[in-house]
Amino acid sequence: MTSASPTSLTPHRDAAAEPSALAEIGQETLALTRRLFLQLFRRPSTFVAGVLQPLIWLVLFGALFAKAPEGLLPGGGSYGRFLGAGVIVFTAFSAALNAGLPVMFDREFGFLNRLLVAPLRSRSSIVLASVLYITSLSLVQSLAIVATAALLGYGWPGGPGLVLVLITLLLLVFAVTALSLGLAFALPGHIELIAVIFVANLPLLFASTALAPLSFMPAWLGWLAALNPLTFAIEPIRAAYAGTFQLNHIATDVVLQAPYGSLTTVSCLFILATLALGLFLAIRPLLDRKLT
Amino acid sequence: MIELQHLSKRFGTGRKSAPVQALDHFSLEVPAGCLYGLLGPNGAGKTTALRIVATLLAPDTGSVRVGGLDARSNPRGVRRLLGYVAQEVAIDKILTGRELLALQGDLYHLNRSERDGRIAELIALLGMGDWIDRRCGSYSGGMRRRLDLAAGLLHRPQVLVLDEPTVGLDIESRSAIWQVLRQLRDQGTTVLLSSHYLEEVDALADRLAILEAGRVIAEGSPSELKGALGGDRVTLRVREFSDEAEASRVRALLEHCEGVNQVVINRSQGHSLNLVVENAAVVERLRNQLEAAQVPVFALAQSRASLDDVYLQATGRTLMDAELAVAGQRDPKAERKQAMR
Repeated sequence: MTSASPTSLTPHRDAAAEPSALAEIGQETLALTRRLFLQLFRRPSTFVAGVLQPLIWLVLFGALFAKAPEGLLPGGGSYGRFLGAGVIVFTAFSAALNAGLPVMFDREFGFLNRLLVAPLRSRSSIVLASVLYITSLSLVQSLAIVATAALLGYGWPGGPGLVLVLITLLLLVFAVTALSLGLAFALPGHIELIAVIFVANLPLLFASTALAPLSFMPAWLGWLAALNPLTFAIEPIRAAYAGTFQLNHIATDVVLQAPYGSLTTVSCLFILATLALGLFLAIRPLLDRKLT
Repeated sequence: MIELQHLSKRFGTGRKSAPVQALDHFSLEVPAGCLYGLLGPNGAGKTTALRIVATLLAPDTGSVRVGGLDARSNPRGVRRLLGYVAQEVAIDKILTGRELLALQGDLYHLNRSERDGRIAELIALLGMGDWIDRRCGSYSGGMRRRLDLAAGLLHRPQVLVLDEPTVGLDIESRSAIWQVLRQLRDQGTTVLLSSHYLEEVDALADRLAILEAGRVIAEGSPSELKGALGGDRVTLRVREFSDEAEASRVRALLEHCEGVNQVVINRSQGHSLNLVVENAAVVERLRNQLEAAQVPVFALAQSRASLDDVYLQATGRTLMDAELAVAGQRDPKAERKQAMR
């Protein structure tokens, strides 16, 4: 170390104007989000795996039922086209389900304490940074699957359809991110969180319309799938891929014929939005307790 | 600058393990511009007290004021004027040191030019130039500690709180950190640090408090505390490594020797005997008594009172004995879980 001049250490504050609350929250959130992206760029295996796995599903599962008779599936079309929506949603869901992992590691290894001794304008910036990061990551991964599906001849949703796909995925990602963050603060360690993610992932996929329509399922599984949040995301996206999709019919065209009734695209989006809001409200007391 | 009044904190209520009273009506006042030490064995409550000052923990009872601000009603205000260097260095292995400091600057709302200028100053001051742009995962313990210190100083805090800042460091790194802390104190920063190294607190602290079981058992400047003991210290080693029976026998022999105020067996140093004597003349009397009783003498050393003697006087055992007693009882897993939010 050098023997620097005493003024280097002199505690003082310039009498500059205080920045606004919004500016401070923006600065905190951007800094924390930047950190998460730096981690991603320097350790891209998570991102690569998050794209590769659904790609493999898309290619292999699509090939598995390539010779299934046309007309077997609702709306006609190939199994690959049917599967595309499921894989897109599953990609976003898996990414969002892992949203809590960075927070959990920060909790376990003391980095969260470093954030908590700082004079954050709002500790919500910690949560907001995670949401921004996971949302961006999920959307990029999902769009990669959308592009791949198009290249494989499984269809393209078109302009309005793509907007619907993005809105649907956003709502699902918000909901699942809230769940994952809640788990990250509720569970005692990363091993427990990974165990929950591991156990939840595939059963939720299979108990949805990602791989098969409701009409293929027994009654009990059909009910489960019709209540599964993934299904509320898959069916609107599947409708967007159908050749007959029209934006002005999203409130009237039925996309999900559930055991309890018919749902339109708007209904499905409303359910996802309510779920997202409800989950964030539900985890708020936990976050308040842990972050204050 | 820092006022802690009747703090109490209990961990582990209603859980699997027995509850632990980490702080028990703990009170302390740290004057502005002072380098203040908290000395005590592991488990004495030092870390808990510092985490409460740093607003990471709320006490069960009591009040905390830093720079005139109530930490419970205005934690953000306290965080603005306080820098905290935790016992365990928490860094992001993927980031470089410079990126970590930049993040820290943003969390403290420094503008870009101020932040980058300050980072450059601290890199020069703490000698981090050769490695600051490498990833933190490649740093040695000393580098991590310097980086952590830089992070705590980035926003020019009025109060710097450090929890065992030199544990595990080599002598050179430790001396370098000591120099920085002295400079900070000289320039008006209030420094509160905890340590279980006697020599560290003795060398650095203007004032100190000795903690035991969550309470302050002695408080003052090092010279005041040592001076209050009076007398000289004699360390007697009958053999290089003695045993409890022999040490007890010799203690019984010397306890009633004229001029001897106290005899304590130091189990952590081969059952040597630490004596508090009235003056240097007593030493000759001791030699004669030992010779008459045909007690062998491996070493007989005389010194003035030390902080260890202050601790010994207050608790009846040396700091090392206290550390060893606690070592087997500590549960690192439970402590880590306590530190988790």
